[in-house]
Amino acid sequence: MPLSFRNLLSVEDITTEDIEMIMDTAASFAEVGSRPIKKVPALRGKTVATLFFEASTRTRVSFELAAKRLSADTVSVAAVSSSVSKGETIRDTAQTLEAMGVDAIVLRHPAPGSALRLSRFSGSVIINGGDGAHQHPTQALLDLFALRQKIGRLAGRKILVVGDVAFSRVARSTISLFSREGAEVVAVGPPTLLPVELGQLGCRIAYSLDDEIGDCDVIYLLRMQFERQTAALVPSLAEYCRHYSLTAARLAKAKPEVIVMHPGPMNRGIEISEEVANLPASSAVLDQVNAGVSVRMALLYLMLGGRDAIAAS
Amino acid sequence: MPSLLLKGGRLVDASTGLDRIADLLIIDGRIAEVAADGEGAGTSLKAPEGAEIIDVSGMIVAPGLIDMHTHLREPGREDKETVATAAEAAIRGGFTTIVAMPNTAPVADRGAVISLVRSQGVKAGLARVEAAGAITKGLGGDELAEYSELVAAGAIALTDDGHGVARSDIMRRALEYARMINLPLMLHEEDPQLSRGGQMHEGPVSVKLGLVGIPSAAEAAMVARDIELSELTGTPIHIQHVSAAETVARVREAKLRGIKVTAEVTPHHLSLTDSCLAGDLGFQPFDTNLKVNPPLRGESDRQALLEGLKDGTIDVIATDHAPHAAHEKEDDFISAPCGALGLQTALGIVLGKVVAPGFLSLEEALAKMTSAPARILGLDRGSLAQGAPADIMVFDPQSTWQVTSEVIASKSKNSPFIGWELPGVVRYVFIEGTAVLREGEIFPR
Repeated sequence: MPLSFRNLLSVEDITTEDIEMIMDTAASFAEVGSRPIKKVPALRGKTVATLFFEASTRTRVSFELAAKRLSADTVSVAAVSSSVSKGETIRDTAQTLEAMGVDAIVLRHPAPGSALRLSRFSGSVIINGGDGAHQHPTQALLDLFALRQKIGRLAGRKILVVGDVAFSRVARSTISLFSREGAEVVAVGPPTLLPVELGQLGCRIAYSLDDEIGDCDVIYLLRMQFERQTAALVPSLAEYCRHYSLTAARLAKAKPEVIVMHPGPMNRGIEISEEVANLPASSAVLDQVNAGVSVRMALLYLMLGGRDAIAAS
Repeated sequence: MPSLLLKGGRLVDASTGLDRIADLLIIDGRIAEVAADGEGAGTSLKAPEGAEIIDVSGMIVAPGLIDMHTHLREPGREDKETVATAAEAAIRGGFTTIVAMPNTAPVADRGAVISLVRSQGVKAGLARVEAAGAITKGLGGDELAEYSELVAAGAIALTDDGHGVARSDIMRRALEYARMINLPLMLHEEDPQLSRGGQMHEGPVSVKLGLVGIPSAAEAAMVARDIELSELTGTPIHIQHVSAAETVARVREAKLRGIKVTAEVTPHHLSLTDSCLAGDLGFQPFDTNLKVNPPLRGESDRQALLEGLKDGTIDVIATDHAPHAAHEKEDDFISAPCGALGLQTALGIVLGKVVAPGFLSLEEALAKMTSAPARILGLDRGSLAQGAPADIMVFDPQSTWQVTSEVIASKSKNSPFIGWELPGVVRYVFIEGTAVLREGEIFPR
């Protein structure tokens, strides 16, 4: 096995060597996406299942496309689960899939620790597609890939992660990965969304976006949800926007070459204004999406031991 | 009842200040005589005609343990535990009295439920089963329960355990009314507004794991409120399962002020912390057997709890034994219910994590589980004094045992200590002089 981990549950599972291998492999697969026939036979005969207990378009489609471009078969299981009305348990679904010979399962579930739990019940290779607010390791990897394409290595770069950090798995994964890559990461948001212990992930905490924006290289925006207002975490979304929305006026304070990123889906008019969302600086968001397929192809290939990677089909 | 002579054991009993090797004679279900001080290691007693003689040399002979906080799950969730299975687990853990919590289905807010639980205990014929009634109807926190009915049915205390009494006016009225009915009030301190959505202690580990946390203030703030209300009404209060350093501080201050407050702590809070959920001490991260309410908190909280035991701020060690079905605990972390077993592992954890490191002497530790709970509950038990009921447990402090699901007598298996090797093997348990446990075998009365 070329990678140091069998199951990808958290960015903490990933070593520096793993990162370089994934980045290099993803770069090779990026080329596949530009061919007229976007397919290589690397994982022919393998089956990849997406098991999503939470709605998702982006991540699920991205993984399915990645698997299909590698010629794997895909299976999509959308299970609805809430703490009140329990759907089928992770264990039951996992064992059903394993019985059908599924090689890899990409799991998204609202409870932290679910991917780890699944890996104990299932013999398939497990990829965490997001477990509650805990981790979303493939998002962090694709963000890293997209950033490296644009600005090279992250060492010494200043990256702001803005918004609903407390409840964000994307924030947890990207903050730790970017800071390991040598970036100065600053989490920016209101105190109610930035617990003081966040620093252990490798970031500084700041409450003022205006104070931090002037010298930063990357602004990574997180989606702000209406639920935060009803839970009294912010007085209102309007109040949130006053301090943290990336408007054209605010963006003007940043360096002209600043990169704007967002894991999606964007709430235009909330964390990012309509105007800014359409600017070239924000085009990195689409690069992230592209990167997603390439990085996920790389992961599936490396984790499922694919052969004949780049040979034309 | 035949007489019973326990020979050569080390008798440890805080209520009489006893800690020496001596013989213990039991007649008619009561402690008859302890060998008087003599030369050497202790004087032998002569066994009366027909007495059973058991050689307990090398073992500790103590009053049977009393658990002020046990969830028996009957009526309503007999799939997780019944009065009988809990009573057996209790005996195996050295407990001769357990107090059933009222959060059953139906809730023990009526005499009929109290009577049921008590009579099931008598039927099981193992540990003595006392029952606590509810403070509010349905544990809803809005109306006082039918206290006189609960008293008439034999309730030994009142608690809304499982829920904090959120309404301060209700807590105040319950404390006032309690002066007339004279039952101890045992309080589960949790402000539901502060704990809402919480899955574990709010701290660096919860931030790392992405779980919503329950801040220590959720417990300490309500403790502070209830201390004020106890002062206002003059009614003593007993704080259940203390988990936070801040709570220990509030209770310590209150005692210094002369407020009548007592407190208990669980063995799991004395031995485990929130970092276990991130994989410390060999646990699997997100192990649902670590999901308890109040949550396991930080190492500084755990140290404060041990300090609190040592300086007397915390009076009692009680298990909060909370069985849950395997399928419930196997589900994802957020869906899994809170609770851990505790009856069989309590003694071992206390010996290994409280006595061995030197926080309490053996006598002090046993007092927290015998004479102290007996005093708070007004029970004539937990003592080896002459005339006391012969509820006795005998354990071997040198042997160890491994916690496995086979050894667990509860119907449920949700113990965080599975796989641990614990000191102190319970060899005999007597209730009113009758052996209910002998070398691993149970004998219902």
